Amino acid sequence: MSDQAKQDRPEQAEFRAQCRAWLAANPLPEPPVRLPQSAIEIMHTAQLEYLRDWQRQAYEAGMVGCDYPVASGGAGRRDCQLIANQEMQRAGRPFLPNILGLGMAAPTIQIHGNDFQRENLLPRLFSCADIWCQGFSEPGAGSDLANVQTRAERYGDGWRITGHKVWTSLAHFADWMILLARSDRAHKYEGMTYFVVPIKANLGKTVTVRPLIKITGETGFNEVFFDGLEIPDHYRVGEIGQGWEVAQTTLLHERGAGPWVTPSSGRGGDPERNIADAWGLLELARRSPRAGRTAADDPVLRDRIMQLIIRQEGSRQGARRARVPALCDHPQRIPLQAKLVMSEIRQDVCALAMELQGAAGTLSIGDANAPEGGEWALGYLNSYGVTIAAGTNEIQRNILGERVLGLAKSK
Amino acid sequence: MTQPKDFGFDADAALLRDTARQFLLDQLPTEALHRLVASDHDPHRAPTNNWNPALWRQIVELGWTTVAVPETAGGAGLPLVALAALAEEVGRAALPSPFLATAAATLVLRQCQGAGTRDLLGEIAAGRTATLAITPRSGAWETAACDLYLDNGKLHGSAWYVQDAAKAEVLIAKAAHRDGLALVAVPVTAAGVELVPDSILDLTRDQAHVHFHGVAVDTAQILAAPGAGAATLDAAWPGVLTLVAADLCGAGEWLLQTTAEYARTREQFGRTIGFFQAIKHPLVNLMIQLDHARSLTYNAACALDHEPERAPALARMAKAAAADAGAFGASRAIQFHGGIGFTWECAVHLYTKRQKHNQILYGDASYQRARLAELLFGV
Ligand SMILES: Cc1cc2nc3c(=O)[nH]c(=O)nc-3n(C[C@H](O)[C@H](O)[C@H](O)COP(=O)(O)OP(=O)(O)OC[C@H]3O[C@@H](n4cnc5c(N)ncnc54)[C@H](O)[C@@H]3O)c2cc1C
Repeated sequence: MSDQAKQDRPEQAEFRAQCRAWLAANPLPEPPVRLPQSAIEIMHTAQLEYLRDWQRQAYEAGMVGCDYPVASGGAGRRDCQLIANQEMQRAGRPFLPNILGLGMAAPTIQIHGNDFQRENLLPRLFSCADIWCQGFSEPGAGSDLANVQTRAERYGDGWRITGHKVWTSLAHFADWMILLARSDRAHKYEGMTYFVVPIKANLGKTVTVRPLIKITGETGFNEVFFDGLEIPDHYRVGEIGQGWEVAQTTLLHERGAGPWVTPSSGRGGDPERNIADAWGLLELARRSPRAGRTAADDPVLRDRIMQLIIRQEGSRQGARRARVPALCDHPQRIPLQAKLVMSEIRQDVCALAMELQGAAGTLSIGDANAPEGGEWALGYLNSYGVTIAAGTNEIQRNILGERVLGLAKSK
Repeated sequence: MTQPKDFGFDADAALLRDTARQFLLDQLPTEALHRLVASDHDPHRAPTNNWNPALWRQIVELGWTTVAVPETAGGAGLPLVALAALAEEVGRAALPSPFLATAAATLVLRQCQGAGTRDLLGEIAAGRTATLAITPRSGAWETAACDLYLDNGKLHGSAWYVQDAAKAEVLIAKAAHRDGLALVAVPVTAAGVELVPDSILDLTRDQAHVHFHGVAVDTAQILAAPGAGAATLDAAWPGVLTLVAADLCGAGEWLLQTTAEYARTREQFGRTIGFFQAIKHPLVNLMIQLDHARSLTYNAACALDHEPERAPALARMAKAAAADAGAFGASRAIQFHGGIGFTWECAVHLYTKRQKHNQILYGDASYQRARLAELLFGV
């Protein structure tokens, strides 16, 4: 029995056994194409359709959204999503593609939305019938998110949306978007309202999606232009002028600090290989020649690898401790560190991997001689997506300093 | 021997450097660089070799390839600090060109005794391009590591991680012979030479591995006789490391200045982002790191001319400092540009990738420090 399983309550243990049995009985076919490293780098429909099919199966097997109420498309379980996640990871399954829906839209709609939204949108979100994206950032509103200028104007009983969103991951495939818009120009924080808006149905009409290219050469994020998109009032999430508070729920979940556990499974690329994982450096070092021996024989590199493994385990044990309130002094202290710490560890792990590889670290994805197909170097570049996205790590440090340590507000 | 106080950086060197900087600003502004090297963003694209040969011909006319060639061989024979300063400008422009590879080959040739050496140096001064083919498949940077063999006047085997190979006309190849390592000049067009381009991260250069299928070598092509190759290469090595350090410094300065400019103009929370110490302090730390690296690079370059006995240690210092500063700047430049910095459109990634390549090339900072420690401890 794994450590995780030992502490399950009876109904959790039963659920874990169910997950395991289902995963063992239902192997996934090999992907028809190389999978990207994470959901926000999905470029092609062939990648999407394979992953979408996997998420649908996982949903139907009860492993996605299982803690949500039945009326929202869930299974009404308690504390079971984490178990499903552990089992999907253990089985080496690829990631779930609808990451922005699962991690952000779902908890926000569940907490602040109305019955129409919960009953009609969430089941399709969990099953991946609909792909979701997040329309928060704008050219002038990145770190200063409250500066959003995309307008939501009253129009009959509904609303009319006009404006420009940017860096919108998965918008090129999205059916729906969670949108933060300005409904009142006189007030900065009290002048925003939160909506769910249909994207795909309005493409070529009042919605335009223009892909942006990442430093890796991959696509995956986009600009989205709204030119008078009309939506009914029941697409509004929360009260008029309460958009900022609703958005806080989204952001808290985006940073891994919210009350709803995000359904998630493995990583991209080849799950057999520990790309971007500190433990993967052990094997890489053993195989990398260095000054006549291997990198694993070099005391300096051994020390640097050990530092990263310790940091990574510190963060993993932190995630565990965060679920034991008696061992935490402040409820948000560890959760608010999650994305900051994990993204920097990943960046440092990939950077060290490139050094360990030595000359071969110059090779890129697709080169026949690149260690692990060049996935480490790609992971290095993609790590900046994570240190910048979801509130940059500079902003995360401001938030931790201010909310947890009570330091003076920096703005 | 001692170094001159001014690093040997005389008025000629200053003129050369200033002219080079202006020339590259005029001829290859950042937008032109981006058009030249980044037109295909597909991560699975075939290996590329995007450069501007017409620009290279102008560079040859400006005399950059004569700088390190001794006057006796038809060159200008300037102090090597001038070559370092040029390499810095090349890095600042992230210039895709055979400059660095040819300069490295020149530094090796300066140490060679073979009969053909002087002629080849003269040809390089006149614009012939060259590169080093000295690394084995394992990527080991040590002199002794070699996958190419010279046997009965024929070359068999391979050389890997050959820099700007597709731009080079001559390979300066390291080959193992029963009497020891030799250095051989091989035209890339020679029968039996097979160049296989690598897919690499850096868009501003090309790289290849080269197979030698029984390539015939005559005595005029022997630059360092079997047994003399290792000492020859070792003598040239501090210069080669110094060149890479200089490129890292130049590109690092571009990243620093470009990011500082962004921090002076991009506004969030009603202020320019440079107001925030989370941006300001790391940028200043980067400036300090780059200044150390640059000073150490000039020091190493000056030592090549004036105190060669210290050059091995000083070049290790320079490359170590420049590799760390280069990697740190590459990382902060993307981070401080936010979402824009993560896009292909923004030129920062071109420099970041060049920095990552040069950080690794011929050994990263901890590799250099390990070799330095061997020199300073004597073991
Ligand atoms: C891969 C990727 C995917 C993304 N996906 C989405 C998405 O799906 N939906 C969405 O809405 N957004 C998305 N984003 C946008 C992301 O949230 C923003 O890029 C981020 O919030 C930063 O905003 P910005 O790009 O405008 O940078 P800026 O806010 O301009 O920041 C530039 C630099 O200044 C620093 N800075 C700014 N203010 C301060 C301060 N007060 N103190 C210290 N430092 C400061 C920042 O840390 C950064 O280093 C994505 C971004 C990336 C890179």
